Amino acid sequence: MTDAIRRSDALKGWRSSAEHEAERREVEEEDRRLAEERKKIVRDGPKLKGEKLAARLHATWRRPRGFIGWLATVDHKEIGRRYIVTALIFLALGGVLSLAMRVQLARPDQNLIGAARYNELFTMHGSTMMFLFAVPVMEGVAVFIIPLMLGTRSTAFPRLNAFSYYMYLFGGMLLWGAFLLNIGPDIGWFAYTPLSGPQFSPGKRADIWAQMITFTEVSALAAAVVLTTTILKTRAPGMTLARMPLFAWAMLVVAVMIIFAMPSVALASSFLISDRLVGTQFYNHFEHGDALLWQHLFWFFGHPEVYIIFLPATGFVSVMVETFCRRPVFAYPVVVLALISTGILSFGLWVHHMFATGLPRVGYSFYTAASMSVSIPTGLQIFCWLATIWDGRPRFTVPMLYVIGFIFTFVIGGLTGVIIASVPLDLELHDTYFIVAHFHYVLIGGAVFPLLGILTYWYPKITGRMMSETLGKIGFWMILLGFQLTFFPMHFSGMLGMPRRVYTYPAGLGLELPNLLSSIGAFVVAAAVLLFVINGVVSLYRGAIAPPNPWDAASLEWATSSPPPVYNFEHIPVIESRTPLWDQEGEFPVVTGLRVDDKEMLLTTVVAAAPDLREPVPEASLWPLIAAIATAVLFVSSIFSPWAIPFGTIPAAIALIAWFWPKEIKRHPEPVIT
Amino acid sequence: MIGEVRFTDSVADLPTHKFGPSSLTWWGIIGFMVIEGAAFGLTFAAYFFLMGHEQGWPPVGRAAPSVLAGTLFTIIILLSEIPNTMIKKAAHEADVPTIRVLMPVIVAIGVVLLIIRGFEFNSLNVRWTDNAYGSIIWALLLLHTSHILTDWMDTVVLWMLMRTRLAYEGRRLVDVDENSLYWRYVWLLWIPIYLMIYWVPRL
Repeated sequence: MTDAIRRSDALKGWRSSAEHEAERREVEEEDRRLAEERKKIVRDGPKLKGEKLAARLHATWRRPRGFIGWLATVDHKEIGRRYIVTALIFLALGGVLSLAMRVQLARPDQNLIGAARYNELFTMHGSTMMFLFAVPVMEGVAVFIIPLMLGTRSTAFPRLNAFSYYMYLFGGMLLWGAFLLNIGPDIGWFAYTPLSGPQFSPGKRADIWAQMITFTEVSALAAAVVLTTTILKTRAPGMTLARMPLFAWAMLVVAVMIIFAMPSVALASSFLISDRLVGTQFYNHFEHGDALLWQHLFWFFGHPEVYIIFLPATGFVSVMVETFCRRPVFAYPVVVLALISTGILSFGLWVHHMFATGLPRVGYSFYTAASMSVSIPTGLQIFCWLATIWDGRPRFTVPMLYVIGFIFTFVIGGLTGVIIASVPLDLELHDTYFIVAHFHYVLIGGAVFPLLGILTYWYPKITGRMMSETLGKIGFWMILLGFQLTFFPMHFSGMLGMPRRVYTYPAGLGLELPNLLSSIGAFVVAAAVLLFVINGVVSLYRGAIAPPNPWDAASLEWATSSPPPVYNFEHIPVIESRTPLWDQEGEFPVVTGLRVDDKEMLLTTVVAAAPDLREPVPEASLWPLIAAIATAVLFVSSIFSPWAIPFGTIPAAIALIAWFWPKEIKRHPEPVIT
Repeated sequence: MIGEVRFTDSVADLPTHKFGPSSLTWWGIIGFMVIEGAAFGLTFAAYFFLMGHEQGWPPVGRAAPSVLAGTLFTIIILLSEIPNTMIKKAAHEADVPTIRVLMPVIVAIGVVLLIIRGFEFNSLNVRWTDNAYGSIIWALLLLHTSHILTDWMDTVVLWMLMRTRLAYEGRRLVDVDENSLYWRYVWLLWIPIYLMIYWVPRL
């Protein structure tokens, strides 16, 4: 754009024809004038800093006022907050369903909830927790914090980020709207064919599930591209890959995993919809399709999915352990390599979900070995955290308590995981409550505990206030003990042979006590989550005002005010170590020279993080929302007619073109007034 | 920033566009290519998975797809790389007149390809409802057609942009460059699909 000199160099290679020549001269003329104007352009620097700079940046970066501006925002902090709040609402909804199931299972032979409704409940619970809570909440936290951690002003592709949120929201509304209209899916969160196929699931329930998948896949993939590019290209100068915060490493691995895993379930559900809608035969055994094709495609996504949920949580743990032990995480390269190898190994495990389908002997051995081997990098990470705690001076604040609760609970879940990686034991325990116990230990212990810890930890950065420590500690002990009470007895009900996904059980098999304990525990967990929410809401108004760095942490998100201004940082920081805020003595080094009169961010090189480009940042826009609405209309109506696809594509394409129509660079710079 | 700052380097003189991996656009395009590549890879896997269930391929009693339309399509899409490379080169040299001449050529090639594609669907000798073989063949061809179509629309929009003065903005030249890169990806993907639809059933 305004790079006049570079452009006029490039112009020398032009071919001449009268028309182009005239146009070329005109452009050159303007460039020359702009080169003069450019000298007057507003930049931050010794002459422009402090409040004067903040006012200028605020005027440039703030979004349009009012409701339209609120819908059009591309500020990663606003989008991240919406992601987190929406995901927590879905957590609550999914949690209410689990309470309903636990009431039904509290005593044998109950009929409070019938078999059909119960099928809907566990389907909605699993689908909500996996697709609408666990993955989006991790993305939401990352979208909020990653640019702050990296010392930049925006994510890459901020409009794609907004689109991703809206797609997620609409997918969630589709699923829950359908449930409330009594056409919610009832085929399990895995929707196995042939149960979910046209023969055994007439009606629209299975289609609703499959299209909800499409929404959340589009959303997660968009967020993954945003995060990958942000992490690789927008880090502060000097933040080489080897100095990157471990949470950023975790999210980089997760984003790449999403990119490889999610297309699998998108493909699987597209095949399913087309089997149901236009009569393809992918999963129809009678026309030489195969129901196992579904299982392969689903679990090729489904197993990495577990690590897509777990690895961000290990990033949270690394962040909290570092801050609260006031020591860099022990053996940083080992933790990074563990993250990467977990990501790679997780793609070689999917068949362990299919041991009971019958496999060649070699397959059994290979996938057992692979499943056991993934515990090695995870174990390494745990030892690194333990060494950090051992060598540091731990402060047992609420976030740190969640770290301890995580290590304790997750290790139990990890050990039962090694148990069921073994084929003979898996065949015995497959589809029993032992499995339910196992994956709740690894998912709640491994992901929800660190999440609650990190929300407490970053709450001051998000809201500007501190959460109550007292309420936080009460809540922590309630959820830790309530959790064990709920899920530990499930190991026993599973070993006694109680199958999953069945709405009741007969008396006299020894299942009464473990089930009653589980049901009591579920209410304790629910009360603890409610207490967390109350703490969050009350602290919003009554919490102590947070200073910029309340926990005395080391990473860049604490180098700006709490909450950060819309432009994140007045100057772009320069990084000289892995723990910049601890190692900095005296003045903080920054670079100068980004525009102040136009939204602009700094791009750096991928490995060395050397300054590379000035990148204009898109303005707020309604087009991502309109594109999401058009896509939603397309997806939802395609449940009813295949013609929705060609016709629905037209408005979606128009919205996308309008969205991507380039921003004209401000050609008339605002002069410096000094 | 909180606290006092020390000014080090200035980034004021950095450019606002570069070609290749320096630009965000490149990373975005590569990201979506990998996503689509994963989807295609899994579709290929599904194709061979279903093939393992059959006694013959195509299933016994069926004719393999007729090769004429598909082969014509393949020849044209491979030749389209010539103007595509020329446009890519012109973008790097900021040679706007050449871009303006070649964009409509690429758009026209897209139209021809889409027409031939219609005949391809007609020469598969199987319907998607007939059996799993028919379903996967149609899926492969449809998936690839959706890529031709989206890239074609993208090229039309870009052509319109290049007719305006925005063509002189370096960042638009990066867009042209990346559009050419994506087209390469679309025809590279076609090669295995062509073999799988037309030639694997003839092995």
